[in-house]
Amino acid sequence: MRRSGRAALSVLCSSAVLLTATACGSGDDSSASGGDDNTITWWHNSNNEPGKGYYEQVAADFEEANPGVQVEVVAMAHEDMVDKLAAAFQSGDVPDVYMERGGGELADHVEAGLVRDLSEDASEEIEKIGGSVAGWQVDDKTYALPFSVGVVGFWYNTQLFEQAGITTPPTTMEELATTVETLKGAGLTPVSVGAGDKWPAAHYWYYTALRACSEGVLTDAVTSLDFSDPCFVEAGEALESFIGTEPFNPGFLTTPAQEGATSASGLLATGQVAMELAGHWEPGVMQGLTDNGEGLGANTGWFPFPAIEGGAGDPEAQLGGGDAWAVATEAPDASVDLVKYLLSDEVQKGFAENDMGLPTNPAAGDSVTDPALAQLLEVRDASPFIQLYFDTAFGTSVGNAMNDAVALLFAGQATPQEIVEQTQEAADQEK
Amino acid sequence: MTTPVTAAPEATDPGAAVTRRAEARRVTGRSKAGKRRQRLEIALFVAPALVLMAIFVVYPVYSAARMSLYRWKGFGPMVDFVGLQNYVRVLGDDVFTDAVMHNFIIVFASILVQLPLGLALALLLNRRIRGRGLLRTIIFVPYVLAEVIAGVVWFQLLQPRTGLLETVLGAVGIPVPEQGFLGTPDLALTTVFVVLTWKYLGLAVLLFLAGLQGVPDELHEAAQLDGASWWQVQRRIAIPLIAPTIRTWIFLSMIGSLQLFDMVWILTGGGPANATTTMATYLISQGTQSGNFGVAGAASVVLFLIGFAMAVAYQFLVLRRDTKENA
Repeated sequence: MRRSGRAALSVLCSSAVLLTATACGSGDDSSASGGDDNTITWWHNSNNEPGKGYYEQVAADFEEANPGVQVEVVAMAHEDMVDKLAAAFQSGDVPDVYMERGGGELADHVEAGLVRDLSEDASEEIEKIGGSVAGWQVDDKTYALPFSVGVVGFWYNTQLFEQAGITTPPTTMEELATTVETLKGAGLTPVSVGAGDKWPAAHYWYYTALRACSEGVLTDAVTSLDFSDPCFVEAGEALESFIGTEPFNPGFLTTPAQEGATSASGLLATGQVAMELAGHWEPGVMQGLTDNGEGLGANTGWFPFPAIEGGAGDPEAQLGGGDAWAVATEAPDASVDLVKYLLSDEVQKGFAENDMGLPTNPAAGDSVTDPALAQLLEVRDASPFIQLYFDTAFGTSVGNAMNDAVALLFAGQATPQEIVEQTQEAADQEK
Repeated sequence: MTTPVTAAPEATDPGAAVTRRAEARRVTGRSKAGKRRQRLEIALFVAPALVLMAIFVVYPVYSAARMSLYRWKGFGPMVDFVGLQNYVRVLGDDVFTDAVMHNFIIVFASILVQLPLGLALALLLNRRIRGRGLLRTIIFVPYVLAEVIAGVVWFQLLQPRTGLLETVLGAVGIPVPEQGFLGTPDLALTTVFVVLTWKYLGLAVLLFLAGLQGVPDELHEAAQLDGASWWQVQRRIAIPLIAPTIRTWIFLSMIGSLQLFDMVWILTGGGPANATTTMATYLISQGTQSGNFGVAGAASVVLFLIGFAMAVAYQFLVLRRDTKENA
């Protein structure tokens, strides 16, 4: 859900496409796609029911409340949207209202002058949402309003845990290692990880870094791109010793994250493994991967990433990320009103009722019906600090170099020190 | 990127034909008007192809070359000129040099394995044996299958534990690697190559068979009358006569191996631990995935130059004999 999958990419991309797509020119000042001031183009990725129908209704309600304004809603699959947005940014012909994932990616768009500053126009909404907007701020200005922010943690099969005699989920890395041993002893494969897509493997390192490093170190790293603090190496060492317990599904180095029954999510959904580290999208992904459309159903459990003994990080801090509505620089002013409406109590409540994500407007918190998502919401709101996924926070270039290095650690071909070195090397290219 | 390379040998042919025809007409002493008409004809027929080539080949190549000199994230104006720094970065990147190495391993392994295998199958299938049509179809079917579909099927077959291949191998007592064939860095490239051979052997066999059909029966008969064995006939007559076909196949195989992308992307995505990266997967991971379009541009120029140099060298050293004979 979160990123474009490998299989989808392979169909769409070839080196030829890469070249011709980038040949489309850079920075032509063609007008925004709205055409006139009364038509708003809105791209979103809720292309399945109930989300699709709900957003159509939202657009219709907005049109009614704002006579003369028309909203052109374009719903597409997530991967398609990411590809089309990339092409839109290249051509400068950006939709009026679209999704931003925040962090370095957003900072790049801001630097290129593609995104509108919402700090003044939506100050009320920004205040209401609170701390979550931090990921979408550049130089203290807010460029997008997050409408769904989730956290990453271990999703597990409660039935398999019971079968192995595990009553309480682990809270420290040592306990996690014991859990892995117990599950293995019961003849189960403990953990699945889609290391073939790299980012699922990288999430482990993000989390060990979040547990090993203090909030200050991490916040500084995002702006200074300096990874010299020893806690980053400690993070790799903690991860290395976890990998040493051989907890993963066979062939995990080429396992995809979410595509098909043999993907990491598929293995969890079909009861082949006991747990997987994943974000709030996981129940939805698992539902799509099972014939009955229920995923793990009542056997779905969740526990936060364990603490590292002696680590400087807060064990309550969570790794997460989300999606925010942004307005293109050249979009008509009514687009800002649409975004504000999308963050209103009313729309966010409907968003939550339809289980479309984890709403950021506190007024909608009680409307989440899915028990697993409701639990996540509690964890998220109790968290003192939510670290945006590192690859998003640092931007794709540094982020991908980091992910590549972590994937090598999973393969036993990189040391904790080398992860830091390779990340630093990519970061130095950005300076 | 590689289109001009593959187009190169074919492009010489129509060009040569046109000049030859032009010469022939000149000899017959046509009028000036005729000549002009002929030029117009040439322009008319060549123009659409030239326009397409300019839009889809020349411009992208130019654009990639230009991109390679800038640091550019894929949007906004391209202003951060960095000279040859991207090339330094690409050529100093172990992942890229390994990728080039993997491409060349595939190039040579294809020729060393698929050529003898394809030739042997073609010679066999050229004999009158029972079920020949069926066998030909079986060998050719993989080539017709869409690459992505074949890739996904093999990916599932090769899954550790649950995959069919492991079940079969396990049943006959052949040990399978703990992480599966695709998940073990030392075996991944070989596994990808085996799948590629399965996929592309059909093309080699088809081309060689077509070549063998062109060998006149009289030659076979004459040799047999002189007491040559079946093997001697193949070795001294059939194979030398289809040598131009073999040389063309080597050329196609070489270019295909340099461009290799789809199958690798589906089976391993370049992993595990970069064991199966190719130049094309490097382009995608640096360009569209990491947003380092300058670096990807530089890598694509390097890929283009390698492909171009190999194509030109092959043309001069090997294929020229064939085109000369034809002329």
